[in-house]
Amino acid sequence: MRNKEDEEKTGQCQCRRGFTRRGFLTSVGVGAMAALATTGKLSSAKEASSAEIAAEQAVVITLTVNERSHQLLVEPRWSLLYVLREHLGLTGTKVGCERGECGACTVLIDDLPRYACLTLAVEAEGRRITTLEGLMQGEELGPVQQAFVEEDAMQCGYCIPGQIMSVEGLLRARPQPNQAEIRQAVSGNICRCGTYPHIFKAAARAADLKAKR
Amino acid sequence: MKDDEKDLYFVEGIAVPQTPLPGEEPAAWGKTAVIGRRQPRVDAYERVSGTAVYPSDVVLPNMLYGALLRCPHAHARVKKVDASAAEKMEGVHAVLTGATLDGKVKWPYNEEVVTDLFDTRCRFEGEAVAAVAAATPYVARDALRAIAVEYEVLPFVADERKSLAPGAAQIHVNGNMIKSETYARGDVGQGFAEADVVLEEKFRTACEIQAPMELHGCVANWEGDSLTIWESTQGVYAVQAKIADILGLPLSRVRVIGHYMGGGFGSKLQPGKYTVCAALLARKTGRPVKIFLSREETLLAAGNRPPAAMTIKAGVKKDGTLTALQFSGLGSGGAYPAGGTSLLDWLVRDLYVCPHVQSEMTDVAINAGPARPFRAPGHPQCAWALEQMMDSLAEAIGMDPIDLRLKNIPLVSQARQGKPPYTTTGLSECIRQGAEAFGWREARRRTAAGRKDKGHLKRGVGMGSCLWFVGGGGPPATVIVKLFADGSVNLNMGASDIGTGTKTVMSMVLAEELGVRPATIQIEHADTGSTQYATPSGGSKTVPTESPAVRSAAIAVKQQLLKMAAGELGSPVENLRYTGEFIEAVDSGRKVKITDIAALKKQGVVVGIGYRGPNPEGKVVNPFAAQFCEVEVNTRTGEVRILRFLGAHESGRVMDRLTFDNQVFGGITMGIGLAMTETRILDENRTGKMVNRNLHDYKLPTALDVPVDMVSLPVDLPDSEANNTGAKGLGEPVTIPTAAAIANAIYDAVGVRVRQSPADPLTMNRLLAEQGQEVRS
Repeated sequence: MRNKEDEEKTGQCQCRRGFTRRGFLTSVGVGAMAALATTGKLSSAKEASSAEIAAEQAVVITLTVNERSHQLLVEPRWSLLYVLREHLGLTGTKVGCERGECGACTVLIDDLPRYACLTLAVEAEGRRITTLEGLMQGEELGPVQQAFVEEDAMQCGYCIPGQIMSVEGLLRARPQPNQAEIRQAVSGNICRCGTYPHIFKAAARAADLKAKR
Repeated sequence: MKDDEKDLYFVEGIAVPQTPLPGEEPAAWGKTAVIGRRQPRVDAYERVSGTAVYPSDVVLPNMLYGALLRCPHAHARVKKVDASAAEKMEGVHAVLTGATLDGKVKWPYNEEVVTDLFDTRCRFEGEAVAAVAAATPYVARDALRAIAVEYEVLPFVADERKSLAPGAAQIHVNGNMIKSETYARGDVGQGFAEADVVLEEKFRTACEIQAPMELHGCVANWEGDSLTIWESTQGVYAVQAKIADILGLPLSRVRVIGHYMGGGFGSKLQPGKYTVCAALLARKTGRPVKIFLSREETLLAAGNRPPAAMTIKAGVKKDGTLTALQFSGLGSGGAYPAGGTSLLDWLVRDLYVCPHVQSEMTDVAINAGPARPFRAPGHPQCAWALEQMMDSLAEAIGMDPIDLRLKNIPLVSQARQGKPPYTTTGLSECIRQGAEAFGWREARRRTAAGRKDKGHLKRGVGMGSCLWFVGGGGPPATVIVKLFADGSVNLNMGASDIGTGTKTVMSMVLAEELGVRPATIQIEHADTGSTQYATPSGGSKTVPTESPAVRSAAIAVKQQLLKMAAGELGSPVENLRYTGEFIEAVDSGRKVKITDIAALKKQGVVVGIGYRGPNPEGKVVNPFAAQFCEVEVNTRTGEVRILRFLGAHESGRVMDRLTFDNQVFGGITMGIGLAMTETRILDENRTGKMVNRNLHDYKLPTALDVPVDMVSLPVDLPDSEANNTGAKGLGEPVTIPTAAAIANAIYDAVGVRVRQSPADPLTMNRLLAEQGQEVRS
């Protein structure tokens, strides 16, 4: 069912180096989750080699979100998604599965698209986190957002923040992507309304808008 | 908005339609200025900036998080629930179990079947057993794990084809039969006798799950005796009615708000047990409670498209005249009556001219989550069987599939009493124009030639056509339009915009009539406390239901403005023309700027009320469509690539070309899911549990599963008989013929009939091997 040609073409492309649906399970995240599941304990990101703390024992962390610094008291088990939405009020980041399958919660961490549901808040400390709200230039839409408006790249709109973040991440790495790279870049973001053709168009237009600005 | 437009509420130089005198029906629009163009959504900024507040985004002060404990067995009796440990946990504020409710709260599965909210008999995996409210969702889930439940596990049945077998597990006291229906016209025996060719085939479509991206759920908050619910729903009034009924509250004490919502596809036409639990937990704790389900819960217990096992027998003459259609369908809406065979035979009855038709449908219970309406209930399943059969018939008589269909185009609805005519029938235009734009005949010649090639990549083209059995909308709908003293406009409408662009289309209607800019229109909608009554957004009826009411409300505004201006200009109303910026007197040539009308300035606002008038008597309003696709089958791996798709749709007048195309692409994408990837898999031998209850294993189409080459070809036939905007519904026909078109294309490529969905590589490999085609790994 996957488009083989596209995958072959993008096999060498490093444009989407963030977590993918399949890639995540082989990365460090699963180690942290497994440790939590089996012991209920987790080492905090800062003190990987120091004393263990209980999953529900709150710790103070500092998150840098959209270029602002937030000091927060979080449980080590809290996902970045939960903290962004329910504590920082940044509800542009959506929740669709909480297990790395739908992409609605995609944010940029150090410019790479990542699933906020699979990132613990404590893991994100010291990283540059960008959410949908962070693409705004004051009250003006950023170029990717503007392109999504112009191409009607939305229906219910719930997956769209994640789609926009994936396109933003793509364009930061590859300012002039080809069609196959665009499709690959948003392949970890499910749109149940099926707006994909308009999303592809919007991504291409976003590249043009970004180049002009 | 450009700076030079900022103080303009109206659009310069655009002719608005003539205002009918009070009591007169407005004329159908001729050439339109706004309607039909590519208008970006009026709420697009909110949706892409993150400022749109969906129900799942609502966070209230002091809010708690709720969660539901669900039965892990396909069929079980709850013997004992011990929540004492959970109740003592830090951060847990309330626990509800069957014991605490004491049978006082009921859940109506339908009018006849009513159970306790937490019933001791769990007839499907995922049935609710208890609920908690806690300080965080994490603590709420901890609390669920701390509740000890003793279950008596009961025998189960997971396959609708085994539900009525002797010895099958009994789900209800009266057995597993939910409903059986029959239909007949003419005499199929005679029809088969008249046929030159008679074919019979069996088909099945797998159970498919709606899986909207926003999870099902709500936030509930009490202020004294008044309950406010922010629900992710397609219909705030439907939620209000059911919750008020269950909790024994007056409608006026239940306010349901659902401004934005992240998809429903039919599964959010009604509230869930989660809604009731949120309300009860909020009352018990005196704090707002938010419950949004996990993805796993939505896959188990928030609706599905029932599996359908179908047999179809058809007779045709050599010239392509259909003589008889006989259909039997078996479906299951899960453990409770939920429309397991709803509309499953409709296309057989009504899509093609056929004098002799017989059908029987059997809806049975299985131990699985209850169905909910899913985008065009029954129709994609029936199309899977009927449209593949049409292709088989065409092949048997040596006719092109599109010619066979064109030979049997109906102008009346044969299945309805008295065979009423359709207002418009765009079916043959959809097939003809679609085939032309797709390059059908050339493509068929090309694929036929390609079959002789030795290569392992085989191309095929296929098509399917459809109608949707409603789609004309109808009353009731009430809409209020306010025009303020500065000429800007407010629209008040109860309907939800479920992603189809309802708000945008209604703004365009106002812009067309009043000459105002869509961007200056403020919209209040989907709130039982502050907007007008509306039926839920489903059935492809929101645009044809609401848009005529919006047009009528706009006309009511214009009529009042004309009346106000009549005194000022000294001319009778019938001599006045509304132009958007001015009202002009054709007799004297005098004119007054709308915003200078003294009476408007004094009154501050003009209020126009619009009602949806009745549908034409003795006529049927249906949308029609035909879709075409090309696939490439890899005979070594069994993989099917969809190379291109074209959807030709006749839904009356095209209101917004951008959202129209978007719907077409979305429907096709969802149909690709039905054909290629989606199936609920139950462990039917050992546990009855769903084994693919996550989006990794339940495969929704991704960006890599749809072709880049997708074309939307509107067949724009304004239906002036249907209603005053000429629009028909679009949201459902777009997904009806898709899966069948793919199956037909696969047949054209490799000569195998995919009778059972989905056509995944495993299935394709098996079919190709059975047919003797070389399969190498």
